Amino acid sequence: MFRSKTKILQLTVTLTACAFLLVPTILSVLAGVTANYFQGISSGFTLKWVFRVWELYSGSIFLSLWLAIACLISTLVIGLPAAYGLARHPGWLSRILEEFISLPLAVPGLALALALLQLYGSLKGFRASWTFILVGHVLYTLPFMVRSILSVLAAMDLRTLEEGAATLGASPWQRFRDIVVPNAMPGILAGALTVVTLSIGEFNLTWMLHTPYLKTLPVGLADSYASMRLEVASAYTLVFFVLIVPLLMAMQWASARAQRIAQ
Amino acid sequence: MTLRLTNTAKTYPDGTRALMPTELTVDTGEVVSLLGPSGCGKTTLLRIIAGLETPDPGGEIWFDDDNVTAQPVERRNVGMVFQSYALFPNMSVRANIGYGLKMQKLPKPEIEARVTEVLEMCQLEKFSHRSIAALSGGQRQRVALARAIAPRPRLLLLDEPLSALDAALREALRDELAILLHKFQITAIFVTHDQDEAMAIADRVAVMSDGSVVQSGTPEELYRNPTSAFVAGFVGNAMHLKGTSDGKSLTLTGGVLPLDRDGAGQDIFVRAEDVQIDPSGPLQGQVETVTFLGTHYRVGIKGIMPDIVTSIFPGQNAPRTGEVVKVSIKPETLMLLPKSGVGK
Repeated sequence: MFRSKTKILQLTVTLTACAFLLVPTILSVLAGVTANYFQGISSGFTLKWVFRVWELYSGSIFLSLWLAIACLISTLVIGLPAAYGLARHPGWLSRILEEFISLPLAVPGLALALALLQLYGSLKGFRASWTFILVGHVLYTLPFMVRSILSVLAAMDLRTLEEGAATLGASPWQRFRDIVVPNAMPGILAGALTVVTLSIGEFNLTWMLHTPYLKTLPVGLADSYASMRLEVASAYTLVFFVLIVPLLMAMQWASARAQRIAQ
Repeated sequence: MTLRLTNTAKTYPDGTRALMPTELTVDTGEVVSLLGPSGCGKTTLLRIIAGLETPDPGGEIWFDDDNVTAQPVERRNVGMVFQSYALFPNMSVRANIGYGLKMQKLPKPEIEARVTEVLEMCQLEKFSHRSIAALSGGQRQRVALARAIAPRPRLLLLDEPLSALDAALREALRDELAILLHKFQITAIFVTHDQDEAMAIADRVAVMSDGSVVQSGTPEELYRNPTSAFVAGFVGNAMHLKGTSDGKSLTLTGGVLPLDRDGAGQDIFVRAEDVQIDPSGPLQGQVETVTFLGTHYRVGIKGIMPDIVTSIFPGQNAPRTGEVVKVSIKPETLMLLPKSGVGK
């Protein structure tokens, strides 16, 4: 392994890059469980700050989880029929529609939020409710759901499969339930995990849309960085990690699986 | 079940006429093949019968005394085997075969019993719990057939069911399919572009060309008494003898051939097996190609007419390339058909 200078160089670069990424993470997490960060680790470890975060921000955590679930349901209800429609009727019109749905990917979240505020800002009840943030999240995550399902559906001969089911006596709804949905499942799963992960981690758009009573997890994170002691902010990061990392890993796994099927 | 189509045509939105107004009757238990080159409308006709395409207004489709023209495909109770098989990848072999029975809302034990029965019939017991992805082409074809037959459809439709298989397997499965279809004793319509397949499987063959049925009959009838140049050419590859005929004889570049009927104004066809190499024959030509085919030789002869004349030579000592040979054709084997501009 250490036979040549090139190998050693490669290893050094890799390890340095890893350290560059990992050291701040480890320091931040350590800070969250240290009794007093300014005295260093010698002051001892504690879970005090984590509990403190829970006291102060548990509302944000639950709001974020709730938003993510609501966002998932909305994108499924809109995205699954949309992807199905696009897959069943390929053509220039579908192409344009697909691009149109994907537009929020290219527009910065801030601009999207501003547009929403301009349009709906005066509707007080809506503006101050959690559904306002939900609308932003759905706009932002919908393309991921649609594209993920569409790529799986486009890879199979959906029309003939449905015709096969129809000759066996299946009504349009039964065909959708028994043939389309089960075969789209890898795409649905990959899309769902992406949507949940993005919704929980979304900051730009949410920061513009939130009210003091509606802080999501990342908005709360920014708030704690700005106004709490460093240990609390770091403990918050730790909590955020614990929530988001398993989701990210599951997403990687699911999208790899969906891609294998789409090939 | 008797199937009856009247005045059934199909025009696509872009104006293409895929099917000219067609009449077709298929009797109970009959296996009919729709034979024709690609683009002749045979698949369109099959899809109209299934209910997957809507015919133009004016056409009617009757299953016995049922007018099913306006019925959607899921209520027609037809079984269909697709060219690509269209097996459901999310279900096992068993679940695929049981799907149609499930749609009929049969009680579970009965579904199980009938699936098992069909699995046995198609010799698929060993594969019943496999996923579709783990099957070979021939096994998939059998599952597709089993799935179509399990709900006991009124009519079985097969769209080029053998074309997705490789040549060797196709021939073996062709005979197997013929046996199974007759075992089921079901009215069946079978679409193919392969004349051997149509002849091997069907009781009756309907030859299609450019959107209409040009001739329909038993395989023997079509082979022996074609009524048009197209059928003669498509079924059994008859050759058009291009020369001038005057009532009693046909004059070709390589000689004069006597006729036993009045050939004036008719196109004259002959099959390769009726062209005999015979030292006392009236025609003369030069051997261009000799192909050994195991049971016989196929000899291509030039100089008799502008195209090559093919002869089947069953003996041991085939002529050699370049040799000049005499050829005779018995007048009764000639097929005299009305002149058509398009003959093959």
